Amino acid sequence: MTRINTSFSSGPDGRGHFGLYGGRYLAETLMPLILDVERSYSQAMADSTFAAEMRSLLCHYVGRPTPLSFAARLTAHLGGAKIYLKREDLNHTGAHKINNCIGQCLLARRMGRKRIIAETGAGQHGVATATVCALFGMSCTIYMGSRDIKRQAQNVFRMKLLGADVKPVEAGTKTLKDALNETLRDWLASVESTYYLIGTAAGPHPYPAMVRNFQSVIGHETREQVIAQEGRLPDTLIACIGGGSNAIGLFHPFLDEEGVRLIGVEAAGHGLESGRHAASLLGGHVGVLHGNRTYLLQDFDGQIATAHSIAAGLDYPGVGPEHAWLRDSGRVSYVSINDDEALHAFQLLTRLEGIIPALESSHAIAYIIKLAPTLSKDHVMVVNLSGRGDKDLTTVTAIMRGEES
Amino acid sequence: MSEPFSEVRPHFVAESSRLQHTFAALLAAKKGGIVVYIMAADPDVETSLAILRSLPRMGVDVIELGVPFSDPLADGPILQRASQRALKAGGSLVRTLEIARLFRTENNTTPLILMGYYNPIYVYGPERFAKAAAAVGIDGCIIVDLPPEEADEVREFLKPRGIDFIVLATPTTDSARVPFLLEKSSGFIYYVSVTGTTGTISATQQAITQAIIRLRHQTERPIAVGFGIMTPEQVAAGASVADAVVVGSAVIQRIADCLDTNGRPRPGLVEDVLSFIKELAIAAHTSRKALSLRRCP
Repeated sequence: MTRINTSFSSGPDGRGHFGLYGGRYLAETLMPLILDVERSYSQAMADSTFAAEMRSLLCHYVGRPTPLSFAARLTAHLGGAKIYLKREDLNHTGAHKINNCIGQCLLARRMGRKRIIAETGAGQHGVATATVCALFGMSCTIYMGSRDIKRQAQNVFRMKLLGADVKPVEAGTKTLKDALNETLRDWLASVESTYYLIGTAAGPHPYPAMVRNFQSVIGHETREQVIAQEGRLPDTLIACIGGGSNAIGLFHPFLDEEGVRLIGVEAAGHGLESGRHAASLLGGHVGVLHGNRTYLLQDFDGQIATAHSIAAGLDYPGVGPEHAWLRDSGRVSYVSINDDEALHAFQLLTRLEGIIPALESSHAIAYIIKLAPTLSKDHVMVVNLSGRGDKDLTTVTAIMRGEES
Repeated sequence: MSEPFSEVRPHFVAESSRLQHTFAALLAAKKGGIVVYIMAADPDVETSLAILRSLPRMGVDVIELGVPFSDPLADGPILQRASQRALKAGGSLVRTLEIARLFRTENNTTPLILMGYYNPIYVYGPERFAKAAAAVGIDGCIIVDLPPEEADEVREFLKPRGIDFIVLATPTTDSARVPFLLEKSSGFIYYVSVTGTTGTISATQQAITQAIIRLRHQTERPIAVGFGIMTPEQVAAGASVADAVVVGSAVIQRIADCLDTNGRPRPGLVEDVLSFIKELAIAAHTSRKALSLRRCP
């Protein structure tokens, strides 16, 4: 007698699958290591001192809990739903990325690894990784597409100041996808000494589940804070999706709350119909890349396509496998926002709330601009402000001056 | 919808597979074998087919035909560039199967193995792929990013068609894992001699020998050693302990060296590449066997 499991939060299964998605699609050289990461992670989760150390660092070093700010002027301006911002931009290093880096660096230290490697797109994960490596006294190598190095010069400088070795990746599209390839190639050659700190809830099992769990602090705090401020659960949660770690971190503690609507916002770049976008859930097909099965932007022959987004952190042709599963199951709605809409939201939030959002987070704000006016004034929504926009000033300035289209 | 590769007459060798036959013959002759990797459609379809057709004449025992992929995670710069050239020249999984089919119209004895990444196969459809591969006379598949943990979804279609799912064993594969690899695979064992990407670093002969001894304790299957084997000397050394030696990047680099500044093949490319391959084959076939390391015939 089997009972149908109606929980949306119980994945992945023992083999790292979320339904059809996820898994461990890796070269044999890395398989014994990934199994070792999985074992060590399970042991760490069962060890209360690990959780205590993580909590302490998140509180005293990262600055958690982050506030849940009521956006009074944005709410009044849009004239509909009540809008709250979960302020991940106020974390040390300016984005949600550090939550995961603290957890994984603690794990790497437990495993006796002294060298950390990571990929980065916008540079936020690279900066967070380099920061925690400095804190822990670990050696740090960051792979970054040379195109991203150009558009995120400040973050590159920050990583170097923090002692990281930033390696430009010239292969392929010179963005996040290629940085990931190169990091995996480094890991192939350095398995004995090195820990790969993946920055999003994607990659081979156990990374999607592990990164989600480290980021779930966002959702757990939100739950307590919204109850404290509103006396009830929120009606809608909204977050942007690149790989999807900030979104799954916010959503996961609410997956089994039927009354809470969950919306993930993908980057539509120049528009879904243009073919130049980064919306793998809305415009991609199922495939296997970077260790997991998920939705990918690709051609009919299974060759991976180039993603396009104004936000370097969303500029990736795949998405975490749990989002793929949540899409198919219908539990989360996925929508898209193009570059222009994101830029408009970037400026609007800055003017109305005195908060400069990351271009990534601006996609989530842009969807609120569309959605909030259609909802009643007692509708409570929370948008994850996953990072601050200081890193994007060069990009936005250039566009506002008309230097780049 | 009509399928491009009809399964009406699969190219099976009656009693034993081409791979079994080839390795048995090498063992009986106390010879080391040479496995050569080239990529389909690199630098273009015609040139790769011309090289492929001539490989058996150069003494090549087993052919690995690479399927181009946009994101070859386990490959060093030499094979990454080969993938890019092949894709630019119209290479794809379907084109690779077509090249294999053309090869089989002239040769029904040399084992032909496809080597590539999983996504093109997954997108084509594992069952449809297995049917097409059988129809064009493919003997085995090496799918770099499909470990035995996930491989059942493809093996179930390859096995009934007599196509071997060949696994890689690496320096990180410990003895406890080997039985699992063996259970989920067939054909021969491809021993990856280094931890790293293709064509970048080479293992010491001592490390290779020790790894082969370790594997021989656990399996009777033929073992081919590859990754980082670039010269006839390294081939001879590898063939003295393994059943066969795989050379890929060195051959692909030879092709790259014969391209003009526009990436087009210079006259004499095919001959130059083939003469290098012939040297490799001679080195393998004439290497002195360290007999204690051989399997029993």
